Amino acid sequence: MIRSEVLREIAPILADQLVVCNIGLPSQELHMIDDQPTNFYMLGTMGLASSIGLGLALSQDKKVISIDGDGSVLTNFGTLPTIANNVANNFILLIVDNGSYGSTGDQPTYAGGKTSLTEVAKACGCDNVVECQGEDTGKVLQEALDGDQMTIIICKCESGNVKVPVITMDPVVIRDRFMRAVGSI
Amino acid sequence: MSVSEKIVSDLVANQVSFVTTVPCKQLAGVIDEVEKSKDIYHIPANKEDEGMGLCAGAYMGGKRPAIIMQNTAIGVTINTLVTLTQYYRMPLPMLISYRGELGEPVACQVEMAVHTKALLAQLNIPTYHFHKEEDVEELDSILKYTFMCNKPVAILTDASFWQGY
Ligand SMILES: [Mg+2]
Repeated sequence: MIRSEVLREIAPILADQLVVCNIGLPSQELHMIDDQPTNFYMLGTMGLASSIGLGLALSQDKKVISIDGDGSVLTNFGTLPTIANNVANNFILLIVDNGSYGSTGDQPTYAGGKTSLTEVAKACGCDNVVECQGEDTGKVLQEALDGDQMTIIICKCESGNVKVPVITMDPVVIRDRFMRAVGSI
Repeated sequence: MSVSEKIVSDLVANQVSFVTTVPCKQLAGVIDEVEKSKDIYHIPANKEDEGMGLCAGAYMGGKRPAIIMQNTAIGVTINTLVTLTQYYRMPLPMLISYRGELGEPVACQVEMAVHTKALLAQLNIPTYHFHKEEDVEELDSILKYTFMCNKPVAILTDASFWQGY
């Protein structure tokens, strides 16, 4: 299973949740599969999906799912201790770990080598860390949503990309319609 | 009221309720006040770009955020300021310790100080420089201005302002 297949499978679960989606192909794929006002697409700033999602979860009561990648978590490793020490039980961090930098041409990441993001998240003090295979992501994500506990999901899947158009929506439009969906404006 | 208490009371009076910090010796007093404040959720960040991500999320969640950091962080956060805070048009007051100015004992701090204002000007970030203690009187207006225009705004606070440390 590759990331776009995982996203396609979990799209019905994501549809009515607040989603902060990682820069590049993940956002472009989610936008193509099921564009929703509840999706915040990152157009720049690799690595901050988890930080934006945590800030959002700590600031209002609705559930928040950040969709991140292994490469992006590696670029903002400091996020995991911050998440562990600022528990927001309405926050789910879904790391799609395909062992590669997908958006830049599938160069291998260290997460696909000797580094286990699951073990790193645990070592950083995160309490509910679940590793699953791509096929099981929907089930694990639904359980996390039902569980009312902050959860870090590491979804192990294969690298590979599909052809997908870039997002041409204006960033202020993305932000404005997202905030209306949040209910903060 | 100490200058640190005055700063935090202005933040609270302007409904700033989510503050991320990366420590600096010069800012220790104000960070202590942020931590003590019952009206502010204080979330220390490991790096300033991470902190700006947290602030972006908090803003979209309906809270007014602020970041407290050192001027060296301008070098760390240019991409985040441009492609997140400015691109999506979000407000962000940045209370910045302006290291490397008069009174600075550490030579290396001067290397970033000489670039600080030029970088902020290049980024079109409104910039205020607190040099004398009474300059803090402008903070309230600066905060109102920041949340009026939805931009990142820099408040540089130098060693003379903090009267040594
Ligand atoms: Mg990847």
